[in-house]
Amino acid sequence: MFRLAAIAATAVAIASPTLAQDDDFEDVLTARQGMFRILAINLGIIGDMAKGDTEYDAEQATMAADNLHAVSMINPLILFPEGSDAEAIDGTRALPAIWENTDDVGSKWADLGEAVSGLQEVAGDGREALGPALGPVGNACKACHDEYRASE
Amino acid sequence: MIRTGLFGLVALAVIAGAAGLWITRTTPAEPGRFEALSGDPERGETVFVAAGCASCHHAPDAEGESKRVLAGGQRFPSDFGTFVAPNISTDPEHGIGAWEIGDFAGAVTQGVSPDGAHYYPAFPYAAYTRMADQDVADLWAFWQTLPADPTPSAAHEIAFPFSIRRSIGVWKALYLDDDWITPAEEPQLERGRTLVEALAHCGECHTPRTTLGGLDIDRWLGGAPNPSGEGTIPSLRPEDLDWSASDIAYYLESGFTPDYDSVGGHMVAVVENFAQLEAADREAVAAYLKALPGGE
Repeated sequence: MFRLAAIAATAVAIASPTLAQDDDFEDVLTARQGMFRILAINLGIIGDMAKGDTEYDAEQATMAADNLHAVSMINPLILFPEGSDAEAIDGTRALPAIWENTDDVGSKWADLGEAVSGLQEVAGDGREALGPALGPVGNACKACHDEYRASE
Repeated sequence: MIRTGLFGLVALAVIAGAAGLWITRTTPAEPGRFEALSGDPERGETVFVAAGCASCHHAPDAEGESKRVLAGGQRFPSDFGTFVAPNISTDPEHGIGAWEIGDFAGAVTQGVSPDGAHYYPAFPYAAYTRMADQDVADLWAFWQTLPADPTPSAAHEIAFPFSIRRSIGVWKALYLDDDWITPAEEPQLERGRTLVEALAHCGECHTPRTTLGGLDIDRWLGGAPNPSGEGTIPSLRPEDLDWSASDIAYYLESGFTPDYDSVGGHMVAVVENFAQLEAADREAVAAYLKALPGGE
């Protein structure tokens, strides 16, 4: 009986750190992945217009660009607490390198803000203006994903 | 009787040894084959970008224009050890500035160094071996316009027995084949095939490998484990990749997937290269992928 309890306690002790960790980070994972999803949805509205898959609509394009700008104003580091990387927990592709280079991550996020501002300026100017302004936004995404996100 | 047996054994060993030496020897490009060609550096730049030379050979922290300084130093972990990209800049001592075009062609298309050693197939010559001679000549002409860098190359960190370069000869006998993998009946598909199967060497990551590290051609572009870490490299076969041709071309230009996720990992460098090519080249790759068996 005692032995069984000891085994059970050991099993819990071994299992719980990971469980506790995943639970601890559930909110930030949901929040940061949602943040990137908001970016993707709004980029999609503009990108589909740029490609010609949907009809250009100045109001929709401007709204989407404004949303992108709003998200870029969030300081993302709040959503990336220490230990919430892909090597420590499941459900994320965030590489540990993020926490070794927070200045660089911050500056790359600022680059996104700048690119999005450029898009915001021209979003109401017609379909042709979208493609060239999307380029820098895509580059900002890539620049960060290249170093700080694991491949699928 | 015993003596005859022994003699037979020795003879067999000698034959086996000779066969081994024959299989593991290096076969350089035929002399004169490339010297006769005149290269166009402007076309060579397209070959350079499509082949992604700089993506692996620029210095580890290079950004922007300095990515064309081919100083080497990036590390590529694999099951066989860690490969370190060498200096292939035009520096005559530490790079390849002292090479002739025949040396260059032997390296790129056969994986053989000017002094007759095998290169490890981390250098994707098993794809480049399908390159047109003129592309090699154009690439070499463009190479002469690139800067020199004096950084010495670092040694690969490869464990025994893979550290014996001679053993690469066996690998080459098994896997170095300049035949195309798929048929291509019209010019756009031919161009797509040149890009996918030769220059951009897509199969190197997107095709699974055998235990000996050769591509499993039966599962061409069928997806594979990521050689340098966790995760998998996705399949590009029509039954797995349901993107339209314009989705594929747009991804190669912008790095955006159809649902506006952005490209990551080593594919970032690939998109960076494809974005610099003409739209027709991205469309050709898309057409090639859509025409793979299993598609429409």
